[in-house]
Amino acid sequence: MYRALADAIRDADAQGKTLSQVALEAESADQARPISEIRDALRRALIVMRGAVEQGVVGDLKSASGLVGGDAAKLMASSNGPLSNSLFRDVLARALAVQEVNAAMGVIVAAPTAGGAGVLPAVLTGIAAARGIGEDALVSALATAGLIGAVVAERASLSGAEGGCQAETGAAAGMAAGAATEMLGGTPSQVGHAVALAQQATLGLICDPLGGLVELPCVFRNATGAAIAMAAIEMALAGVTFAIPADEVIDVMGEIGREMDVRYRETAGGGLAATPTGRRLARARLVQIKRSDA
Amino acid sequence: MVSLLDIIGPVMVGPSSSHTAGACRIGLLARGLVGGTFDRAHIELHGSFARTGEGHGTDKAIIGGLLGFRPDDDRLRTALDIAEHEGLTFSFENTTISDNAHPNTVRITLDRGHRHHSLIGESIGAGRIRITEIDGYSVEVNGSHHTIVLVAEDVKGSVARIATLLADDGVNIATLRLSRQQRGGDAFMVIEVDEAPGEQVRDDLRALPWVRWTHRLDKVSA
Repeated sequence: MYRALADAIRDADAQGKTLSQVALEAESADQARPISEIRDALRRALIVMRGAVEQGVVGDLKSASGLVGGDAAKLMASSNGPLSNSLFRDVLARALAVQEVNAAMGVIVAAPTAGGAGVLPAVLTGIAAARGIGEDALVSALATAGLIGAVVAERASLSGAEGGCQAETGAAAGMAAGAATEMLGGTPSQVGHAVALAQQATLGLICDPLGGLVELPCVFRNATGAAIAMAAIEMALAGVTFAIPADEVIDVMGEIGREMDVRYRETAGGGLAATPTGRRLARARLVQIKRSDA
Repeated sequence: MVSLLDIIGPVMVGPSSSHTAGACRIGLLARGLVGGTFDRAHIELHGSFARTGEGHGTDKAIIGGLLGFRPDDDRLRTALDIAEHEGLTFSFENTTISDNAHPNTVRITLDRGHRHHSLIGESIGAGRIRITEIDGYSVEVNGSHHTIVLVAEDVKGSVARIATLLADDGVNIATLRLSRQQRGGDAFMVIEVDEAPGEQVRDDLRALPWVRWTHRLDKVSA
């Protein structure tokens, strides 16, 4: 697989291909598997993603702690958002939905991780529903998202414990922004700018879940991560460029992650988890989990 | 090498790819060391695994993996109860494995019959894992291949003999790493192979008089 988005963009441009095509070809060569098999595996992931969205928007899920759940349904029911159009609101609701399913120990696709699993399905399936985009284009978009995530894994990290939330919902926002930009007709270089625009917005984002659970703020960070991806898509497709190449933005994300204090890397030792309310809710809730186990 | 299907995946029971799915995969891999379900397991959790593992179901996921459940298996949620119900003994301890260990590191020590083995595994993000130590030997196993682990006396030609044996049994070697703690001491081999090695391979390897023990670690990720 590619270790630099710049290399993938160069190959795609030279061969007149999309990034999803060069990504699938690279994966096929790496794993000695036909492209059709890889697309089938991505199609199965898409089915699970759609299932999680559908399950989550119903709104009857509760997480183990009871701290999150039901917000996707609230957003779906709000037909008259004061600021935004229906696509934007729909994408936010889908992101909350997948994370509410995850927090309830339901089945999701970790893309790239479970903690950031809401962003990609929300952006891709939300846009596809609004624009009448079919399954094959969605499968291709997942390949592009996988390429972007693989580059982040190689150059930085996809782990909140290693690099904070910038490595999870931040990486997810970059993946979703790039994948959707291609799906909507953007060039490989526009995909690169979309990734950079999304990823720069999440630099420094800490991982600070209450009680260490993937619930709060994770559920909401997925919705705002999706919003950042939508902003990046809009800008990139309009021809807005970001002067620092995506690979360098990703490198700096990795550097910030390595420098980040351990309290901000999924240890529940800092950030929102360490606020008075965060500590109180986590204490109350962990006691509750232990009781339900007993 | 990162695979697209590692990034867009795994399909898993929530809530955390590193603390739930990755932890489960380390357990699944460790299962191969004793060739089945443990009688007794001791699990030492380090770093973020120790601090936040309980809320993420890391304990359930590791025990579930040791029982043979995969990351998308609903039974992970009740793995501790299942293990207790089956009369298995297990214990957890929070520890510091080393100052520079990965934040999500676990040491698993297993007993099954007369077998006693341990490994150190890291969950490095997005459900991907890395085994760094088996029975005190430094290794690097990521679970993306079927892996044969063996300890042999350090005899001349052992690598060639094993390579030939695998070829004869139709198994293609992807990578082979050899380490030993001292010259003339036991050699520790980690062989990643493309196809699942069958019973024949295991029997043939065990028939070599200078092979002390060998185990097959199942492929656990894309």
